Amino acid sequence: MASRDEIFAKVQETLVDALGVDDDEVTEDATLVDDLGAESIDFLDIVFRLEKNFGIKIPRGELFPENLAADASFVDDGKVTEEGLATMRAKMPHADIDSFADDPKVENIQSLFTVNMITNFVENKLNAG
Amino acid sequence: MRWFWIDRFVEFESGKYAKAVKNVSLAEEHLHDHFPGFAIMPGSLMIEGMAQTGGILLGEVNNFEHIVILAKVPIVTFHSWAVPGDSLIYTATLTDSRAEGGGVDVTAHVGDRLVAEAEIMFVHLDQKDSQFGAIDQKNFVFSMNLLGILDVGQAGDGT
Repeated sequence: MASRDEIFAKVQETLVDALGVDDDEVTEDATLVDDLGAESIDFLDIVFRLEKNFGIKIPRGELFPENLAADASFVDDGKVTEEGLATMRAKMPHADIDSFADDPKVENIQSLFTVNMITNFVENKLNAG
Repeated sequence: MRWFWIDRFVEFESGKYAKAVKNVSLAEEHLHDHFPGFAIMPGSLMIEGMAQTGGILLGEVNNFEHIVILAKVPIVTFHSWAVPGDSLIYTATLTDSRAEGGGVDVTAHVGDRLVAEAEIMFVHLDQKDSQFGAIDQKNFVFSMNLLGILDVGQAGDGT
């Protein structure tokens, strides 16, 4: 089974190819949008490449859930509600929801999408398989 | 001017690869500005031709049921350039084809000389998609009009 370091190295390589960034920029804590400049179409590209590089299948919305803030009961006054946080915990066990819960502004949702989150996701997938 | 950046297909193997030719001509208006006294085929239009070659290759896999949109060019390298009189051969190899879209690797050659190579990613769009109206027509890799390219050359030599 692949070690965490091996998975990270492959995730790093995937992001270097998908986003045209240097490998030293792809740190564990780097966020995809703010630090690595990912745009919406890049998320699809990243999913395609991860599937190919790791030989896994990633159903749509599993790694990067869509429309998290669309449900009215999940958002109150620009912040994600407890109900919303619970749903996010269930949908995204690979993301660091606890840190996000400290300041659950809707605009902070994209900061959940880190390199670390992808590594967690792939690790869970490979272990489950 | 019509948005045709390939002249015809010379080889086509469904789901695998396609080879198209683009003859660069001094009759193309833009070559007189790109550049004055030094006419070369713009790299952006070479990418367009490579995307049309690859996009039709991908579209054909699904019998052109989806609209194929050029989504992203993750990598492109220009090694050389093409001038009027050159026949550019674009060879697209299908690397990925799935419900959401697909990808191709494409090279551009003049004779044996490698002029450019690129990786191109496409997404599928269907009329029922909510974002359909928001998409600029120019992003479409092909319309039914462009598909006429598949028929070019059949009449000329009688085959």
